Amino acid sequence: MTRSTIELPVTADDYRIARYAAAAIALTVAEAALPSPLPGIKPGLANIIVLVVLARYGWRDAAWVSLLRVVAGSLVIGQFLAPGFFLALSGALCSLSVLALAQHLPPRLFGPVSASVLAAFAHIGGQIALARAWLVPHDAVFYLLPLFATAALVFGTINGLVAARLLAIPVATPVPDTALLKAGQ
Amino acid sequence: MKGTVPDGLRELLAQAAGDGHVPWRTLLKPGDWLLLLAAAVSVAASYPLLWRGGVADRAIVKRDGQLVTELALNLPRKYEVTGAIGTTVIEVQPGRARVVSDPGPRQYCVQQGWLTRANAVAICAPNHVTLQLSGRGGPNGYDTLNY
Repeated sequence: MTRSTIELPVTADDYRIARYAAAAIALTVAEAALPSPLPGIKPGLANIIVLVVLARYGWRDAAWVSLLRVVAGSLVIGQFLAPGFFLALSGALCSLSVLALAQHLPPRLFGPVSASVLAAFAHIGGQIALARAWLVPHDAVFYLLPLFATAALVFGTINGLVAARLLAIPVATPVPDTALLKAGQ
Repeated sequence: MKGTVPDGLRELLAQAAGDGHVPWRTLLKPGDWLLLLAAAVSVAASYPLLWRGGVADRAIVKRDGQLVTELALNLPRKYEVTGAIGTTVIEVQPGRARVVSDPGPRQYCVQQGWLTRANAVAICAPNHVTLQLSGRGGPNGYDTLNY
């Protein structure tokens, strides 16, 4: 086989983002297997990863991981460009924009739980807004809002606690990115 | 195993199973508690605010499609309407209304019994009289004849 002549430069950032995105996609796929009492109500476990990445590496990395998760996750599940994909995308975009603001909250008073709950509310807000505008053009969708809001509060709190706990544990042996770069070649 | 689980997830699983037990309560800062409280209050408030639509608060009586009267559903009372072939008697009680008697031959609107939900309708067709409940959703919500 002829060796490829195309060289795509891969940075340490790319490896790190890909690793976290892979973890988020794995959680998305695992979650898709869980039964749900109502379509749209899901624990959103992949958001734990987004919160950890946000706290460790900043908003840009978190946005990459979140959007890669939505696109690649939907490809794996077979939902790409289906209505569920657009709902997930609009939820992810809304929660990312809220997280962009929430990361400026004073860290002395607010931890990952606040960010998680705010992002969860933004997520259902984005989904319901898109559903109202496109899928169910009737105000009846807002009848579901209390249920979605309750789920967002519960799962947002739990995910935030898990993320806070993971962030509270110091990373024992940080993987040197240069070593990974060599291993990847 | 090492090859099949993504590195990030393996790290998360290892940390979750690790010995470094951090008490859950220390993970919440004062602002978190405040935000959780505010969120819980607004979620609890959203139930009565958004789910009131099914509660009826007025009974609307029409003859030939023309509004005859609107009755508030808070005090028990009876109301008589003269229609095309006789008198229809409507009874109102707190939160519900019904057609008590009607001169029509088949008595469909009487047999419907108490109407409780917003936009529920009883139609006494031979007498040209309708009784409809209305709620906060206004007259444009779904009615009992509409899926």
